[in-house]
Amino acid sequence: MNPVRAAVRRSIRLSTLCAGLLLVAPAWPDEGRPVAADPVLEARVNSLAAELRCLVCQNQSLADSHADLAIDLKNQVREQLRAGRSDAEVVDYMTDRYGDFVRYRPALKPQTLLLWGGPLLLLLTGGGLLWRSLRTHERQRAAALPEAAMARADALLRSDDALRPPGG
Amino acid sequence: MKLRLYVPLAAFAALALMLGAGLKLDPREVPSPFIGKPAPAFSLPQLHQPERQLASADMKGQVWMLNVWASWCVACRTEHPLLVELSRQDGITIVGLNYKDDPRSALEWLQRLGDPYATSVVDRAGRVGIDYGVYGVPETFVIDRAGVVRFKHIGPVTPEVWTTRLQPLIRSLQG
Repeated sequence: MNPVRAAVRRSIRLSTLCAGLLLVAPAWPDEGRPVAADPVLEARVNSLAAELRCLVCQNQSLADSHADLAIDLKNQVREQLRAGRSDAEVVDYMTDRYGDFVRYRPALKPQTLLLWGGPLLLLLTGGGLLWRSLRTHERQRAAALPEAAMARADALLRSDDALRPPGG
Repeated sequence: MKLRLYVPLAAFAALALMLGAGLKLDPREVPSPFIGKPAPAFSLPQLHQPERQLASADMKGQVWMLNVWASWCVACRTEHPLLVELSRQDGITIVGLNYKDDPRSALEWLQRLGDPYATSVVDRAGRVGIDYGVYGVPETFVIDRAGVVRFKHIGPVTPEVWTTRLQPLIRSLQG
């Protein structure tokens, strides 16, 4: 085969491949495209969705999850925010349907007082225990030796004699 | 002062009890905020006659179960024979909420496996499902004569759930 024809054939093959790739391109997964044209609204949707739990995959937020229900709920959030509802109203809408469980940041109310106050309670208890044990320790040390003996021990420790071995 | 020695042991016992109780809780069981509240209203096309609607208000005056199902739902298949059996008994009305399903496959599914539903309504977009706080199909609600949700069961209805929870409740509501 003559070299020119071979080159033409190669270039035809290459362009066919390129055309084929172009056909495939639109089928590639398409992710992260904001659905609302309004970036401000989309930012609100995302920050709110990050506060709401996906019910299907419970350790993910609505923003993280790709579960069907999470996408539906996120669409609900978007739709309601677009309709002019406030963030609090949207969260209420969700808790009315799915309970307090949907909130990653639980509301402060009588049932959740222990949850919110727990860490402070633990800190106070731990701090109290530490303070008490330090004070006891201090008192024991002070009571162990009378003041005169303490002064002598101090003097001995400061003098060079203390460094020499006995009888040396 | 000997008592102080037992403090760590007591603390350990308390922690073990607390964690032990935690093991028994099912984190997948989200407490439904609907119990004791009026069932969310809906009006949806019927599966068999899409030109006709069924509204939740139409069910007022009777005790009924709302069963959320779909032909794509594998767990629905396990509870289905029991539902078919129950539907043959007197005084049990089950309304099906066909959730995010293709009506054609739903109809085919019912034809093949039996139709336990007095009526099935089509919730193609899943909006009514969201109103009912559905997050896993199947789910079953018991609704009383006044239209108040009395019970919600998540997952397939097993014979045990039926005899221990649903049946006694329905009987007492009807009584």
